[in-house]
Amino acid sequence: MSFDNAYEALGQTADDDGRWAYGTGFTDPLSTVDRAVPPGVVPEELALYSLMLGDDALVLSQRLSAWCSRGPELEEDVALANIALDLLGQARMLLSRAGDVLGRDEDSLAFLRDEHEFRNVQLCEVTDGPAGRAGVGDFGFAIARLLLFSTWRLALFERLRDSADPVLAAVAAKGVKELAYHRDHAARWTVRLGDGTAESHARMQAGLDAMWPYVDELFEPHEVETRLFAAGVAVDTAALRDPVFAVLDTVLSAATLEPPSARGLARVGGRAGRDGVHTEAMGYLLAELQSVARAYPEAAW
Amino acid sequence: MSESWPLWEVFVRSKRGLNHVHVGSLHAPDAEMAVRNARDLYTRRNEGVSIWVVPSAAITASSPEEKDPFFAPAGDKVYRHPTFYSIPEDVPHL
Repeated sequence: MSFDNAYEALGQTADDDGRWAYGTGFTDPLSTVDRAVPPGVVPEELALYSLMLGDDALVLSQRLSAWCSRGPELEEDVALANIALDLLGQARMLLSRAGDVLGRDEDSLAFLRDEHEFRNVQLCEVTDGPAGRAGVGDFGFAIARLLLFSTWRLALFERLRDSADPVLAAVAAKGVKELAYHRDHAARWTVRLGDGTAESHARMQAGLDAMWPYVDELFEPHEVETRLFAAGVAVDTAALRDPVFAVLDTVLSAATLEPPSARGLARVGGRAGRDGVHTEAMGYLLAELQSVARAYPEAAW
Repeated sequence: MSESWPLWEVFVRSKRGLNHVHVGSLHAPDAEMAVRNARDLYTRRNEGVSIWVVPSAAITASSPEEKDPFFAPAGDKVYRHPTFYSIPEDVPHL
């Protein structure tokens, strides 16, 4: 770690809330935030943008949680589940923001929308490769996707902190700390596997190759994003290409991996995930995500 | 995986001013990942501000067979306990 002597760390200042040893100091980042839609912004467009960012997190959270009990070690199961829960938390705040405008609650948006109504990028929904020994795909694929996604989303959230919408700005301010850890986790595994054995290198490269065609979509703004960027609400995702690739180049070269040359996946009539056009993996994912809520409507426990 | 990662002991300091307390153990291939795994396993509920990890193999423990010579002699020396002082209400962590 960063301290040569463990006692040096004791000099660091930290929040000190009184005499309690455990479990205090929890904060709700949205508790003091004004939820009114900023002037000059079309409410339905703000809702759509919130759905895009929220669905990214919800769908990848679902993919990651499938690794719980299937990771290489128990410790990694918990690490991926923690990341999945961070993303689920982001999804809840963002779907609630969309629900403010649409008059729906977060559960209804998560469980009762159909595939074409989901606005996530396709990178979040594709599988981690053939089921393989783990039964949920290949760990190299999961790490490759997490590296690509968290690098992009961290760059996006760093800029979204300045959004004209106070709710999105607060969600981003909280999310940046989480995403920094997600990227760190994925980058360390990428280097460990890429610069590891011949087997781990080959599987890490295969994961990267498989996820690469879905990267272009991250930098192709939907028309609503473009308009909200002009209004100061959204981030110009096209401008993230250079900073994101600068990070990826650093990680991949440390991992002795080759940046794939594969071109981006063709769009369908110019449309992709942000328009509700998804890959064949999406229907299966939603079936699993939504089945209980649809079988027992309004169920609570 | 044919062989498990080595075992590490984890110590978490919950608040500034308190000492690190042993909270459990975990598996990790090296110290760097051990600290990160400890963060994910043992500080999920706002428990900590600092983590130490130590290879379990580096710990030397007292033996249960030495229990009597080690600990029994302290059992009847009540005068070693500072029970004759009053403790102020507003002093935390005592």
